[in-house]
Amino acid sequence: MIIKVLGSGCANCVKLEENAKLAAKELGLEAEFIKVKDMEGIASYGIMRTPGLVVDEKVVSYGKVLTADQIKPLLTK
Amino acid sequence: MQLFSIINDLFLRMTWLNDVMGQLVNLIGLDNQSQLGASVQFFLYDVIKIFILLSVLIFIVSYIQSFFPPERTRKILGRYKGISANLLGALLGTITPFCSCSSIPLFIGFTSAGLPIGVTFSFLISSPLVDLASVILLASIFNWKIALAYVIVGVILAVISGTIISKLKMEDQVAEFVFRKSDLPDMELEELNVNERIRISVESVKEIVRKVWIYVLIGVGIGALIHNVIPESYITAILGIDKWYSVPLATLVGVPMYADIFGTLPIAEALVSKGVGIGTALSFMMAVTALSLPSIVMLKKVIKNKLLVVFVSIVVVGIMIIGFLFNQYGMYLL
Repeated sequence: MIIKVLGSGCANCVKLEENAKLAAKELGLEAEFIKVKDMEGIASYGIMRTPGLVVDEKVVSYGKVLTADQIKPLLTK
Repeated sequence: MQLFSIINDLFLRMTWLNDVMGQLVNLIGLDNQSQLGASVQFFLYDVIKIFILLSVLIFIVSYIQSFFPPERTRKILGRYKGISANLLGALLGTITPFCSCSSIPLFIGFTSAGLPIGVTFSFLISSPLVDLASVILLASIFNWKIALAYVIVGVILAVISGTIISKLKMEDQVAEFVFRKSDLPDMELEELNVNERIRISVESVKEIVRKVWIYVLIGVGIGALIHNVIPESYITAILGIDKWYSVPLATLVGVPMYADIFGTLPIAEALVSKGVGIGTALSFMMAVTALSLPSIVMLKKVIKNKLLVVFVSIVVVGIMIIGFLFNQYGMYLL
């Protein structure tokens, strides 16, 4: 599973990544985390509000800092 | 009218807070009639006042905003054409975030969805320049007529600039990757309930206060210096209302600076109290908030130089015209 966090390095993006890592760990999932920081990369996913969360190339959330508990159902879908 | 001015003094100007701070300054042994004491009093009063107003206003604005996420704004704008689209873009800009950091994803999102770049620019100009919070703060510092006039000229500037950019047909000046169709499915906008809206609003108050507090402190600090330390004659010699070059000077100094409108308001207030024209002060404020070096650098990633130069020039000229007009006719408003 590849999880991407989209955002230009703001505090929210860092927090979202931490929460996503926690969620993956608690679910016992093997996940590779990638940060997408450049404008072009972020834009290519079409989101207008960062941070964005992409699971296996699918945008599952944007504009929100989800908690680990909120992220879990998005990873198991 | 009497009642109105009581409310204004109580909640917006918070004159009582100024008195309390004066007492406090005297209590800790600084005479509030002395230069140092008066500066400390002004600093404390202004900082506390701005933070109270800022928190309350951002809460209200964020609550309203939660009904207009950019995805919805984009949808609404897509239904209009021509100058009405520019006007609507400028108006919607007044109720969306203050931060210029979110403007690039918005620009890309709007443009790739097929909105004309002129409409997007109307939105991008009015968004940092005019918002409910800054308008109420302006009213608290100057008065409602100035605040209202500021909104009107801000929106007009956004509409005219966007319209000119539309007419110039500069779509080829946008970086190619912006137009690449994204495969993001049109995500259903989830309806939020009241509790979620409140939670989002509280979050955004915290986030914005975290981001702007330093600009507020610096702004008020400079304001206190201008108020109490720098002699009036020095200021009027450079920026006095009788100096024709005061407006271009204030604008050009303001353009590269990055600060929040909440940080620039105390400076503008102090300048006006020292004999600087209201137009000069407003030009400075608009230049600082509408344009900044960081936002220009970011925009450069998505648009080519020609459009960037056109955009910056139109906005700079517009701000100067507004400054001259306010200096000329502002006394009818003060």
